[in-house]
Amino acid sequence: MSKKFEKGKMVPVPSHAIIPERDIDKSPILECSHLGIDFGGLRAVNDFNLTIGRTEIAGLIGPNGAGKTTIFNLLTKVYQPTRGTILLDGLDTSGKTTAQINRMGIARTFQNIRLFNNLSVEDNVKIGLHNQERYSAITGVLRLPWYWSREKAAHERALELLSLFGMADLADHQAGSLPYGAQRRLEIVRALATNPSLLLLDEPAAGMNPSETAELMENIVKIRDTFQIAVMLIEHDMKLVMSICEGICVLNFGQVIAKGTAEEIQSNPAVIEAYLGKQKEA
Amino acid sequence: MKSYFKNMKTITKVDYATYLGVILAFIVVSICQSQGLVSRSLGGMLVPICCYVCMSVSLNLTVGVLGELSLGHAGFMSVGAFSGIITAMSLQSAVPNDLVRMVIALVAGAFFAAIVGFIVGIPVLRLRGDYLAIVTLAFGEIIKDLINCLLVGWDENGLHIALNVDGTKSMSSLGLSENGIEIIKGAQGATGNARIATFAMGFVLVMITLVVVLNLVRSRTGRAIMAIRDNRIAAESVGINVTKYKLIAFVTSASLAGAAGALFGLNYSNVTAVQFDFNTSILVLVYVVLGGLGNIWGSIVATVILYVLPEALRQFSDYRMLVYAIVLILVMLATNNPQVRTLISRIIPRRKGAALDE
Repeated sequence: MSKKFEKGKMVPVPSHAIIPERDIDKSPILECSHLGIDFGGLRAVNDFNLTIGRTEIAGLIGPNGAGKTTIFNLLTKVYQPTRGTILLDGLDTSGKTTAQINRMGIARTFQNIRLFNNLSVEDNVKIGLHNQERYSAITGVLRLPWYWSREKAAHERALELLSLFGMADLADHQAGSLPYGAQRRLEIVRALATNPSLLLLDEPAAGMNPSETAELMENIVKIRDTFQIAVMLIEHDMKLVMSICEGICVLNFGQVIAKGTAEEIQSNPAVIEAYLGKQKEA
Repeated sequence: MKSYFKNMKTITKVDYATYLGVILAFIVVSICQSQGLVSRSLGGMLVPICCYVCMSVSLNLTVGVLGELSLGHAGFMSVGAFSGIITAMSLQSAVPNDLVRMVIALVAGAFFAAIVGFIVGIPVLRLRGDYLAIVTLAFGEIIKDLINCLLVGWDENGLHIALNVDGTKSMSSLGLSENGIEIIKGAQGATGNARIATFAMGFVLVMITLVVVLNLVRSRTGRAIMAIRDNRIAAESVGINVTKYKLIAFVTSASLAGAAGALFGLNYSNVTAVQFDFNTSILVLVYVVLGGLGNIWGSIVATVILYVLPEALRQFSDYRMLVYAIVLILVMLATNNPQVRTLISRIIPRRKGAALDE
């Protein structure tokens, strides 16, 4: 296995980051350097370097099994990296748990939807607000005045977030019974409710029809503009990636094989061979 | 006022109906009792029913709301019962008022059960599913065996405690003075207790348990607990500290069981550790499963019916556990049967989402 990618064609990766011009004077939100993880003898991800600007929409693409979701799991500390460092807003994230990483500002969605299926749509969003609407368990049990004011604020905020995605009228529905597209949107709303500075979307358009995908693309740009946050997404829908992502990173066998803007990626020979070339044949 | 009730969510209405049902049941039974309409055997069951209602509602917090199977709930009841008895017996001269002493005993029972719940919870809650069930089962047995060899006495010098592990010690080795009281005598349990538990106190305890569990579930904390049940990984990803909220649910459940145990212990003149064995844990679990996981009023109704039923059919009581097992199997089969489920959902309209599903 390791021999294979040593032989594989590597295009020198430019050391400078691709950051949109508006974010150049601001410090980057995320800096990964030499990130890597081994599962037993398998190098799932190796020497992964990436910088994401404050309000950038970044794309992470690559063939199946390239290690894209593994990178999300490393960033959110579902896996602890074997090598390398992750700086979030300049702060080292080593040794943090998934929950602490969320409080530091990374929120994510999942490739296989993970909603709180037995709870209502509104409760799902309120759980996202968990660390904003703070009150103790005792305040909750005794229903002190603070409980009512915090619950009211959470209710209003949840409806506000849901209405951004046209889901306010679904607030009382059970999350698990929503149609597929609405479940994906609800996952994004829940992630946004945690007030992140970086939103990770794992295949947000999977299973969506073209019109839903078009709506999703608008929504992603709207999220970036409204909340002024960075978005990083994994997606197989090339139309989506090429039209909204400002910086794209291509991964194959756990290694970065190219980084750049949509045009640069589309004309990169290594990417075409590893990924887009195969698609053309099919 | 009318519009306020109209705008209330269905869940809130169900909660208020639960409180109302319990209050009405208490009033009706109290009136019947004062008119002499309640038989002796039923009258004797009122306090234990209240205890078991608290047990099943609190176990529902662990099994239904947190989603972790616990088979050692009787262990917490046992801790609560014996710490409650010790407290009540040693305060007999210091606090002559029965009611005050009972309240102190209940608080002590809840407190010690909470401490034990915390100590057990820290390692146990790292386990999941079947493993957690097995460890809680073992915990229940350990508590039973420990109390079986516990010797406790009280005199004016304070409490005397000894553990009769090798079978060489007896009550005399505690060295009690002449007017000392023997409280717990090893395998014989606690004998000669003052029976100070009352039905009114049982009712108050049920109401407190309901308020604690329902308000907890409808709060930020309860949502976090249910999030962990529904999807642990997603709960972590939205910043919920999984260990903390599992512990809150487990310790709350344990302390309520402790209070119920204390009331139970103070209702009998003789209490032994064997009364709180594995069968008791399973019995309470049966109430919870039959009432519906996460369904609080269901637990109450199932507890009352299943507690009264075997006593009413006393001649068959040898087959009590057998009948329980059969009923449990039948209900599990029925509730997992799609046809029965659609029938139930037709009779009782569920949330709007259910219709969207079909």
